Amino acid sequence: MNQTPIAARPVVADAPRATSEATPPKISVANLNFYYGKSQALYDITLDIPPRQVMAFIGPSGCGKSTFLRTLNRMNDTIPGTRAEGRVMIDGQDIYAPGTDVVALRRKVGMVFQKSNPFPKSIFDNVAYGLRINGMSSSKNDLEARVEKALQNAALWTEVKDRLKTSALGLSGGQQQRLCIARALAVEPEVVLMDEPASALDPIATQKIEELIVELKRQYTIVIVTHNMQQAARVSDLTAFFWLGKLVEVTATEKIFTNPNQKLTEDYITGRFG
Amino acid sequence: MTNRVMTVLTAACAFFAVGILVLILGYIAAQGLSALSIQFLIDTPKPIGEGGGIGNAILGSFILLLISSLIGLPIGIAIGIYLAEFGGRGFGNLIRFIADTMTGVPSIIIGVFVYTLILAMRDFAPDFPQFTALAGGIALALIMIPIVARTTEEMIRLVPVSMREGALALGAPQWRVTLGVVLPAAASGIATGAMLAVARVSGETAPLLFTAFNNSFYTYYIDDPVSSLTVQIYNYAISPYPEWHAQAWAATLVLMTLILLINIVVRYLTRQKF
Repeated sequence: MNQTPIAARPVVADAPRATSEATPPKISVANLNFYYGKSQALYDITLDIPPRQVMAFIGPSGCGKSTFLRTLNRMNDTIPGTRAEGRVMIDGQDIYAPGTDVVALRRKVGMVFQKSNPFPKSIFDNVAYGLRINGMSSSKNDLEARVEKALQNAALWTEVKDRLKTSALGLSGGQQQRLCIARALAVEPEVVLMDEPASALDPIATQKIEELIVELKRQYTIVIVTHNMQQAARVSDLTAFFWLGKLVEVTATEKIFTNPNQKLTEDYITGRFG
Repeated sequence: MTNRVMTVLTAACAFFAVGILVLILGYIAAQGLSALSIQFLIDTPKPIGEGGGIGNAILGSFILLLISSLIGLPIGIAIGIYLAEFGGRGFGNLIRFIADTMTGVPSIIIGVFVYTLILAMRDFAPDFPQFTALAGGIALALIMIPIVARTTEEMIRLVPVSMREGALALGAPQWRVTLGVVLPAAASGIATGAMLAVARVSGETAPLLFTAFNNSFYTYYIDDPVSSLTVQIYNYAISPYPEWHAQAWAATLVLMTLILLINIVVRYLTRQKF
């Protein structure tokens, strides 16, 4: 089902705002509690994420926003002693239901990490890795075409097309991060999770990533964790504010930054704490 | 000032250690070159006064190293992978403890152990050959396994978690992450550990005295006793004849050169490509 080429998907130029009830949510979280061993990191999170929009998670360090992001593709499974309670539905399927194919889930829900983490392989092989392990290309030509398309989608193609066989570790920080985005896009996910994708980058590289995010939401549902409130304001349609493991509020981005519902949110945004 | 003193002190220690090493190598070269000739590298040992060489010992050493590497490296690397990727607390720690203990066992004990096993076999099958190249190779492999296992584990642990997560997030199953991303990233370190183990066993004499024994002729059969450079050096060195002493020096020079060559070749083959 994930084999559909990207271009064949409907492109929604003007996605409806979050307030619209017309489209069912892409991700629907209900009463999620999460534990690292005995200590609880997330308390009773209930949240809907609509398709083809950008949702930003903001909040002070340690508030659980990264932990929550990592529950959406079960990346926390790799940490021993963690436990999730409650429901996380993606396209109506509970991803914590017994028998869930985690490998298939992670292909559908891609992830970009805070620190760019290219493999010590060539630029081409980095992007091709996901295609190869998932058996997604029928021939060498097809593989090359898919790699090129992924690099174009990540706005990196023109910079690297003459050096595809060289090491990915020779790229600049911003290029490495866009390579990681290209790598995630190559396997044609439906959701892209980004954990502070620009926090280690200079302003110009950050701007490129932000432009890319706005571009990508035509095709993908994007969830981004950020410490940078201007960034949340620039790229996201919806913003969720987390505090001490609880979801304080989730609202349209322009509303949360001008007229938040909760006093706590206002205090955080105006810099009175955190 | 303290900084200066420390720099001088550590540099002096380094020069002292390297100086001793250069002295040893220089002395071996000076003593060994006189008896060294093409004929010496090809001939088999002959009685006193008739010359003779170490051709069969060179071949024997290669056979022993080949057998021990074929057995010891795959098992050692597999144990290392298990310890690093899957070996949790209880069972993993037990294996670690055993490996560390085995590293400290005097090598002659390993030789006696294999010898005892063979004697036990001969109780059941009297035709079972007592001294064989295979037995020598197994004894050397037993010395290699714990060294290779522990260095492999250390090297794999050095691969950053972020790289594994990057691969997992693309929908790669655990075993493909290990084989396709983690192992290549750790390859040069693992090769260095393997080299250390090979270099260590290529200097072993004691475990071969009871297992491979010695042979005055060329042999390719792994169920024959086989000569080796170290045992040949030992036999010549304890003899009362100056001519054999000179041959022992020459054989030592050959052994050191071979170890150096193996090191260079393996370093070249496993150099960091990206």
